Amino acid sequence: MDLTVSIILGIIIAATPLVFAAIGELTVEKSGVLNLGVEGMMIVGAIAGFAGTIESGSFTAGIIAAIIAGAMMGLLFAFLTQTLLANQVATGLALTMFGLGIAALWGQGYSGKSLPTFPKFAVPGLSDLPIIGPILFGQDALVYLSIALVLGVSWFFARTRNGLVVRAIGENHEAANAIGYGVVRYRYLALMFSGGCSGLGGAYLSIVQTPLWVENMTAGRGWIALALVVFAAWRPMRVLLGAYLFGGITILQLHSQGLGVDIEPQILSMLPYLATIIVLVIISRDKVKAKLNAPACLGQTFYAAS
Amino acid sequence: MLKLELRKEPSKLMLYATPFIALGLTILAGLLLFALMGKEPVRAITTIFFEPLTSLYSVSELMVKSTPLILIGIGLALGFRAGVWNIGAEGQFAIGAICGSAGALYFYQVESIWVLPLMCLAGAAGGMAWAAIPAFLKTRLNTNEILVSLMLVYVAVLLLGVLVHGPMRDPDGLNFPESRLFHDAAILPILIEGTRAHAGFIVALIIVALAWFVLDRHILGFQIKVAGQAPHAARFAGFSDKRIVWLCFMISGALAGLAGVFEAAGPVGQLVPALPVGYGFTAIIVAFLGRLHPVGVLLGGLLLALTYIGGESAQISMSLPSATTSVFQGMLLFFLLAADVFVNYRLKWTGRAAKTSAALRQAAE
Repeated sequence: MDLTVSIILGIIIAATPLVFAAIGELTVEKSGVLNLGVEGMMIVGAIAGFAGTIESGSFTAGIIAAIIAGAMMGLLFAFLTQTLLANQVATGLALTMFGLGIAALWGQGYSGKSLPTFPKFAVPGLSDLPIIGPILFGQDALVYLSIALVLGVSWFFARTRNGLVVRAIGENHEAANAIGYGVVRYRYLALMFSGGCSGLGGAYLSIVQTPLWVENMTAGRGWIALALVVFAAWRPMRVLLGAYLFGGITILQLHSQGLGVDIEPQILSMLPYLATIIVLVIISRDKVKAKLNAPACLGQTFYAAS
Repeated sequence: MLKLELRKEPSKLMLYATPFIALGLTILAGLLLFALMGKEPVRAITTIFFEPLTSLYSVSELMVKSTPLILIGIGLALGFRAGVWNIGAEGQFAIGAICGSAGALYFYQVESIWVLPLMCLAGAAGGMAWAAIPAFLKTRLNTNEILVSLMLVYVAVLLLGVLVHGPMRDPDGLNFPESRLFHDAAILPILIEGTRAHAGFIVALIIVALAWFVLDRHILGFQIKVAGQAPHAARFAGFSDKRIVWLCFMISGALAGLAGVFEAAGPVGQLVPALPVGYGFTAIIVAFLGRLHPVGVLLGGLLLALTYIGGESAQISMSLPSATTSVFQGMLLFFLLAADVFVNYRLKWTGRAAKTSAALRQAAE
C-alpha cells in the first residue's frame, strides 16, 4: 500500500512541471501562435528559480523570479514574432538554444549547491487520513496551484469574454482584427502568460523535484509539453490527464528496477520520448479531426495592412 | 508613429545584408554581456572572432569544426526551403556515427581502401533510416515532424550510450564506455600534416557544389523552392507533397549521418558517448544564416565554427564559461530573425504630418 501511495506521489511530482508548461503553451496556441521555445523558457525559469531562492533565502522570491524570467523570454518571443513578424518556428528554436545557453552561463556558480526541502502544504487533520490523505491533502502548494491554473484556463476559455476573443483571434486573426480586437496585444499577453507558466514549471524541477541546478536539466520536457497540447486536442482539462500519464511513464522507469525488471537504464530512459511519439501518432492519425482541433491560424504570421 | 509597410517585392540587398547586420549586433551585444560579467569586453571579442584566423593550426581546426556544420546545414537548408522541418539532425548524426563505427569495428584490422567508403555508406544509410521515421509518420500518419524528429534525438543519444556501454565497448578498454580506437584504414586521410584537418572537408565542399547545382539547375531544386514558396501552385503543378517531404528528410538524414561518420573517423578516431555535441542544432543557425543557399551555408558554417574555436580559446585564456558559445549562437539567430523583417517590410513614418500630406495629395488628385 505504501508503495502505491509513493508511486502516485511520484507521478504527481513528475507531472507538475509538464502541467505548468503545457497549460501555458495551450493558451498561446489557442491565440494562434506556435511557440517552440518552451524548453528554453523552462530552463531559464529553472535557473532563475534556483538562483533566486539561494540568493534571497526565500522560496516565494525564487518562484517569483522564475515567473518573471520566463515571462521575459515570452516577451522576447512576442517582440520578434508579433512586432518584427519573424517566422515562429525559427524563433522558437532560437529561443530554446538561447535559453539553454544563457541558463548555463547564469548557472555557473550554482551547480553543486542544494536547497532545503520544499514544504508540503498539509491540510490539518485531513492529511493524516490513510492513502487519500497524503495524495489529496498533503501536496506542496505548487501542485494545487498547477491544478487551479488548469481549471482557471478552462474557465477562461469557456466562460469569459476575453477567452472568447482569444479563441476568435486564434481561429481567424484577420476577422478578429477587422472587428477591432487587438490581435497583437492579446498575443503579447498570452505569450507572457505562457512564459511565466513555463518558468514556473522549470522552477518546480529545480527547487522542488531535484532540488538542484544541473545544466540542461529540463531534458526535453518543454518539447513533451508541446506534444501534450496536441495530445490534449487543445482542451485544458485533457492537459492534466496527459501530464499525469507522462508522469506515470517517468515513474515507471524509476521504479522498474526496484521491481526487478532487468533492462538497461538507458533503454528505460527512452520511454517518455518514445511514448510521446506514439501518442502523437495516435492523436494525429485522423487528418480531418486533427485539423478541426487545432486553431486555424496556428503558426501564421499576422500583418495588419492598415 | 513608426509602422512596417509591406514591400512590393523582397529586398535583395537586405537579404544579403542581414547576416552581416546580425553579426554586428551580436558583437555589440557580446561586448555588453562581457562588460556585465566583468570580463574585458574587447579582448573577449577579439579572442572569439579574430584570433582563430591568425594561426595555421586554428584555420585547420576551422575546417574540422565546419565540416559537420556545412554537411548538416546543406541538408536542413533544402528542407527549410520546402517547409519541411527536420530539427532532429543531431539524432541522425548520432545514428550515422554508430553505423559508420560499426563498419570500422566489424572490419577491425582489415587494411583495405574499401573500409572507409563502406563506413560512409553505412553512416549515410543510418542517418537516412533514422530520418525515415519522421518522414514516414508525417506522410502516412500525419504526425508533426518537428516533435517526432526532436524526440528521436534523445532516443538516438541514449542508444549511443547503450551501445558504447555494451556491444561496442572496447574489450581491452578497462570498462570505459568507448569503442576501440579505429585502425588506420578506418581513419580519414589528413589534409595538412600535423593538424586534424581531414578529407571530410573536401567532401563537404563537393556537396556544396552539388547542392548548388541541384537547387539552381535541376527540376528537384525547382520543386523544392515552389513547394516552400507557393504550396498551392506546387500541388496544382502536380508536385507530390509526400515526395518532397521524403526527399528532404532523406537528403538531410544522409548528410547528417555522413557528418557523424566523419566526426568518428576524423578528429575523434573512435565512438564515444560525447560525440554528439550539438552540431545538429547549430546547423539550424548555419542554414538560416546562409540564407538557405549552399554557398551561404558554407560561409555560415565557417563563421559558426569560428565561434566554437574562439569560444574554446576564450575558455582557456580568459576562463570564460563554455556556455558563452551557445549564448552567442542563440543571439546570432535572434538578431538575424529580427533583422530579416526588413527583407519583406520597410519602416514608414505614420505621424500626423505624413497623414496630412497624404490627404493633401489625395485632394490634389
